[in-house]
Amino acid sequence: MSIILVQVIVGGLLLGAVYALFSSGLTLVWGMMNIVNFAHGDFVMLGMYVAFVVYTLLGAGPLLGAPIAMLVLATVGVIVYFGLIRDIMKGPMLAQILGTFGLALLLRYSVFWWFGANFLSLPENIVGGTYEILGLRLQASRLLAGAVALLVTLGLHLLLTRTSLGSKMLAVAEDSTAAQLMGIRPDTMQAIAWAIAAGATGLAGALIATFFYIVPTVGETLGIVAFVTVSLGGFGSVPGALMAGLLIGVIESLSAYWIGAVYKDMVVYSLFLGFLWFRPQGLMGKT
Amino acid sequence: MKFKHILGLLCAASMSVVFLAGHASAQDKTVKIGGIFPLSGNAASTGVHTKAALEVAMDIINNAHPELGNFPLAKNAGLAGLGGAKVEVVFADNQGSPATGQNQALRLITEEKVVALTGAYQSGITLTASAISEKYGIPFLNGESVAANLTERGFKWFFRTTPVASDFAKIYFDFLKDMKAAGAKTDSVALVHDNTEYGTSVATVITSVFKANGENAPIDIAYAPNATDVQAQVLQLKEKKPDVLIMISYTSDAILFAKTMQSLDYKPAMLIADDAGYSDPSFIKAVGKISQGAFNRSSWSVGPAGSPTALIADMYKKKSGDEMDDTAARQMQGLFVLCDAIDRAGSTDPAKIQAALKATDLKPDQLMMGYKGVKFDDKGQNILAAGVMIQLQDGENYTTVWPKANAQKAPVLPYKGW
Repeated sequence: MSIILVQVIVGGLLLGAVYALFSSGLTLVWGMMNIVNFAHGDFVMLGMYVAFVVYTLLGAGPLLGAPIAMLVLATVGVIVYFGLIRDIMKGPMLAQILGTFGLALLLRYSVFWWFGANFLSLPENIVGGTYEILGLRLQASRLLAGAVALLVTLGLHLLLTRTSLGSKMLAVAEDSTAAQLMGIRPDTMQAIAWAIAAGATGLAGALIATFFYIVPTVGETLGIVAFVTVSLGGFGSVPGALMAGLLIGVIESLSAYWIGAVYKDMVVYSLFLGFLWFRPQGLMGKT
Repeated sequence: MKFKHILGLLCAASMSVVFLAGHASAQDKTVKIGGIFPLSGNAASTGVHTKAALEVAMDIINNAHPELGNFPLAKNAGLAGLGGAKVEVVFADNQGSPATGQNQALRLITEEKVVALTGAYQSGITLTASAISEKYGIPFLNGESVAANLTERGFKWFFRTTPVASDFAKIYFDFLKDMKAAGAKTDSVALVHDNTEYGTSVATVITSVFKANGENAPIDIAYAPNATDVQAQVLQLKEKKPDVLIMISYTSDAILFAKTMQSLDYKPAMLIADDAGYSDPSFIKAVGKISQGAFNRSSWSVGPAGSPTALIADMYKKKSGDEMDDTAARQMQGLFVLCDAIDRAGSTDPAKIQAALKATDLKPDQLMMGYKGVKFDDKGQNILAAGVMIQLQDGENYTTVWPKANAQKAPVLPYKGW
């Protein structure tokens, strides 16, 4: 196998880890809470802008920018839950779709108004350049994003399966009336879920900003992949989303390299649809 | 109750009469031109710069600017041919979508009653928007879209001032011939382009010009716009090792390519950019420092201090906060040509404007761009459009490097990158 092919695969894995990272928040709200958050891509975008502001004001990289983005977005998540989601959840599915879509546009154009339409970028070496190992080029910023993707996945998985908070959240998702009878406050649990989901999304945004451009519409570019990742991984399965992200990343890279970049989305989505034909619950979802 | 109703209706009627009257008299003094541009969506950065450029043009036309000397429409306030009427560009957002661009053209013509249209940046959107103006018999002046087929549709109301893909393909070919004579290796060429109307048509034209001149067909690497990742494309380039890389990309992808080329340590010996993303000031701010030595095409040059072009560049910088770029300047030139025609027509009747556009014969000293003039052929294409090669030598500002007669500095090879 040529070194270039190895580089294509490694690049695909690192890209896939990033897909998994920015899908993790969506797994939680879509997979668990059963709410389709169309503003998800724009949460990623907000995280990127927070990282940019932290860099411009304090000159700090993602070491400071990522935690701040996480906190800011977690706050946004709670505000969004109490200000919008709690009410539209009572309405029909269409209300959820339109509500979160409206939120997406509101966020996008607020940022557009405040920061303008210019493309922004963090310095290339903000995380520490690129390593060359055995002829392979590994960008530190992508490695960091990949490592954090693994940690976030592990953390969310443990939270949901091993802690009482996780069990309570799942209980509310399963049957909120029954959960209430057991003395769990659905509102609090949902708000916590939104805080965690949005926080993870903000963290993802701040890390992606270290190697991607920043622009108000970037959520649109990145958003679709998140939805595909979550449904391929299986609704509600955090490790499934990681697997799906990695798979999509590698298939995208290989098909772009072998067949041509114009066709890569065709390859990915036909495989995706074909897979759901046989296994509609996704890679690791429960039937 | 009934009386109240009637009173209300009467009030509304009188108000609308007053409104209409006011509207009509305002219209006498204002010439409305529709401007369709990407004010949101992924090309919004370009659209916002365009808006600033056209606002500067309106300032120059609508107010007296004796400091610009003999520059057309500058000396007196408003259009002299229409008794000093002011020009107002009604901006509309195409959102980066051909369908939206088309709807906006329809709205501007039927609701805003514009007398002419300009825009729409992306060739694919100019294509759909101008089909509407053709149908309604409204002149469409395009200053910046380069896809060849726009003027191959037999349209009677479409005029284009910018050099087109075939002009630039010729420029690239001649430039490479000169570089080869100077010792550079230019045997294999790779084209990296998106699969929009713009990317595909420019790549096709370059390929045919190279083939027609007996050169090898360039390596063709196409991708879908607004990519999330371009590592595979850069690795393909790394493997195929072309001597010359020609980039035909909008801003978002151009930035991603620049970043990815650095992280994968890929540098071609020569990189030529086909304007678009590489001319966007936010591209230079974001990744100019890792794209040092990139060549680009341009028809804009600031010129010596105190010259009309330098003064216009100053006004633009004050308005937008950025340096004038080729795209914004070509759009601005387009509006000047359109307004010059309206001025000469002495009327806002579309047919008279069309006739005046056909009779356009502007000389180089009446232009802000480095064209050899503006004169339209039967298809509506400016036959005197021209361009030069510029280079991002320091990663901050482009300087003219070719042809020799226009060069401020000699071209520097190989591509430095970062």
